[in-house]
Amino acid sequence: MARKSNIGLNTGEELLDGNENAIFNKETEGLSQGQIILKRFVRHRAAMVALVFFTTLVAIVYTALDWRIGDPRNPRFTIPGWWNYGFEDTPELLTEGCPEGILGCPTIDFVPFVDGDGVQLGQHPFGQDNIGRDYFALVMRGAQRSILVMFIIGLIATTIGTIVGALAGFFRGWTDAVLMRLVDFIITIPVIIIGSVIGFHFGNKGAAFLALLLGLFSWTGLSRLVRGEFLSLREREFVDAARVAGATNRRIIFKHILPNAIGVIIVSVTLLMSGAILLETALSFLGFGVTSPDVSLGLLISNYQDAFTTRPWLFWYPGLFIIAIALCVNFIGDGLRDAFDPRQRRRLSKKDKENAREMQSRSEMA
Amino acid sequence: MIAYVVRRLGALVMILFGSSFFVYNISAISTDPLEELRTSTAPNKEQLILNLTRELRLDLPAPIRYFIWLRGVLGVFVGRADFGQTRENQPVITEIVGALPITVRLVFVATIVAIILGIGLGITSALRQYSRFDYSMTFFAFLLYSLPIFWVAVLLKQFLAIDFNDFLISAQISLPSIIFASTIAGFFWAAIFSGTRKRVLLIFSGVFVVNSVFLSIISATKWFLNPTMGPIVILLAAIGIAFGITYLSVGLENKSAVKSGLFCAVVGSIMYFPAQILLDSNRPRVGLLLMFILLIGVALLGSVIFNRIDRGPIIRTNVISVVIIGLLIVIDKLMQSWRPYIESDDINFRPISTFGQSTAWLFEVPFWVRSLDIVLHMILPTIALTLISFAGYIRFSRGTLLEVLNQDYIRTARAKGLTERTVIMRHAFRNTMIPITTIMVTDIVSIVGGAIITEQVFGWYGMGTLFNKAIVSFDLNLLMGVILFLSTLAILANLIADLLYSVLDPRIRVGAGK
Repeated sequence: MARKSNIGLNTGEELLDGNENAIFNKETEGLSQGQIILKRFVRHRAAMVALVFFTTLVAIVYTALDWRIGDPRNPRFTIPGWWNYGFEDTPELLTEGCPEGILGCPTIDFVPFVDGDGVQLGQHPFGQDNIGRDYFALVMRGAQRSILVMFIIGLIATTIGTIVGALAGFFRGWTDAVLMRLVDFIITIPVIIIGSVIGFHFGNKGAAFLALLLGLFSWTGLSRLVRGEFLSLREREFVDAARVAGATNRRIIFKHILPNAIGVIIVSVTLLMSGAILLETALSFLGFGVTSPDVSLGLLISNYQDAFTTRPWLFWYPGLFIIAIALCVNFIGDGLRDAFDPRQRRRLSKKDKENAREMQSRSEMA
Repeated sequence: MIAYVVRRLGALVMILFGSSFFVYNISAISTDPLEELRTSTAPNKEQLILNLTRELRLDLPAPIRYFIWLRGVLGVFVGRADFGQTRENQPVITEIVGALPITVRLVFVATIVAIILGIGLGITSALRQYSRFDYSMTFFAFLLYSLPIFWVAVLLKQFLAIDFNDFLISAQISLPSIIFASTIAGFFWAAIFSGTRKRVLLIFSGVFVVNSVFLSIISATKWFLNPTMGPIVILLAAIGIAFGITYLSVGLENKSAVKSGLFCAVVGSIMYFPAQILLDSNRPRVGLLLMFILLIGVALLGSVIFNRIDRGPIIRTNVISVVIIGLLIVIDKLMQSWRPYIESDDINFRPISTFGQSTAWLFEVPFWVRSLDIVLHMILPTIALTLISFAGYIRFSRGTLLEVLNQDYIRTARAKGLTERTVIMRHAFRNTMIPITTIMVTDIVSIVGGAIITEQVFGWYGMGTLFNKAIVSFDLNLLMGVILFLSTLAILANLIADLLYSVLDPRIRVGAGK
């Protein structure tokens, strides 16, 4: 039982209970709020691992392929990527090292997890698709699209959600009523349905445009949260103080209340973003999202779901990338929530307890 | 309260009006059903375009067409609603009435399973905060959060359905699989019960041995080819269930509760024999109902005989036990149909289906075989839907319980000297359930969204498939019908959540403080 330690099974623990505050206070002495949060976040091991992994992943994904500025067919200039193939190239289908009758199998070797004789990427680490396109390049392109969509949806939803929530919560009255009816209005339709309707009609206009439209419908949950936060924060003394000092509404909203609500916003945005990547892939899977010739992770899975029994790699890799991205974002969000939550306390390590006991005995002696 | 509900229902109508107007117009403006015809090479192209224009009234602007559609829908209030016709000249309402039960079946079962499993795991995880079990549950929940459902669905098709069907050819479990499964089970239970190292080892080895023996017996007897439970196994299981539920609800110290629990288990298992007659009768549905009524009668009787005071909680406990026993009897009945089912030509020893919501039978089959067929078709989609939605319950119930455990009234309860079980089950768990009910209701909406994808992957003909069809074939009436149904469901779910909240927590007054 987690609580038993606090009821006092042994006296050492009991003494410690009063000292917990002392330990934590000592740790945060002389630090600003931002520094405390940063410190808490850095200590969240899973979140740090996720952050590092995610940054690396983004770097790899976005540098792998050529960047063509201008018209893609006839680019004004090209920033070369580190990978040999583009996602539109169709090299010859290789049969080398494949089981009988199967073309374009993955060449990746990674002892002991995948295959088994050494560590190498080979010519086509993730294999090739039906017409010989390099699957690694396709997955990279798909991941680029998915991450782009995720960030655009996140950005738009955060902006609209925060502004709507802030206005509704701060001004209350009819502003609140109108804005919240607008929220009800959008929230009534499951987001996958709005997404499908939009995606079917505008999916061919490119991933960024699709993300823009999806973002316009994804802010409702966030705005409700922000509104709730504003409703309670606006009654606090520091807001009265600011008002007495003659601050304008805009100043109170942006300088006084918003920084206090930032924790709630950031946390819910990370959840929103991991939801966004799943939404985009689901829409592309249904055929209402990114459409060919462009590539998305959901589209790849949709195209090759029937190939699972013969060429499972066509199915595995895009899925693993979706999971990796979403998982990282979720863990980063978890770390942020812990960091922003003032009630959150890490578990005391043995060393902390020893220090505390020492302190205790010293003070008793004195 | 009534005024509040009326006001909310009024708002519901307004919101539905607004959102349907919006969706109708955005779909109407952005689609061009004539596009296909314009580029066609048919000789009577002009005529076809004219016909379609007249049929869909494309000569009118979209907002006007919306109001024509709305006039039909508003017929609801005078008793003759007209949702229009689909492009194939079927009334939209018949299409929806046909598809709705299929989606509801899927969503309902998945929600129930997700709630029970999710809350159970979440609460265990909270009670073992900062243990390895807690950390692995957190990771597991995040993993589930990040899984795309369509991807999981394809994996399930391969690794559950096809592999299980292959396994059924021999129906023998290999030694490594037995050891692997038992190790996993051992770790799981040892992590849940935790404690000193000796205790953990003891639990681990106990579970490991029991599990291995159990699996070996199943393998040796080829149980999966001819699964049965029979009255003996049901009796043993019933006794276990009675003990377990009594332990959780009123505690084993309460001797009369234990006695009445055992009475219900024994008598309930004896009901197995009359139940067979009821379930085999010409009207199995009535039989099923009668069986459950009889079982609940047994539960009431058992509680009344053995207890003089404080019967309420004990009646509840016993009713839960007998309902589970009833479910076991039903499962046993389904198992009896297993052999004839897998031997039939349509199935041919590949029972777990990956596609469709039921087998189209060429000839009339008995009720229980048909039921088994439906159950087996439901397995994969239900697992897929459950997996993605129960992560939320794990996280939420864990968080809420931890919050509740920090409250003053929990400290008071402990200070009064109540047992840990009473504190957790009566004081903490019940208060945890209040916020959980609200996400339960709203979660149904998101599960419906998940069902749209699931139906697509598994080839079910439900609301999701209807929706897909409507979009792809530019069928505005059908699309609006589906959306209207789903959004009404969503708003009602929200309303119910708010009302439930105030019923469960008297401190919250709905409609107050306007």
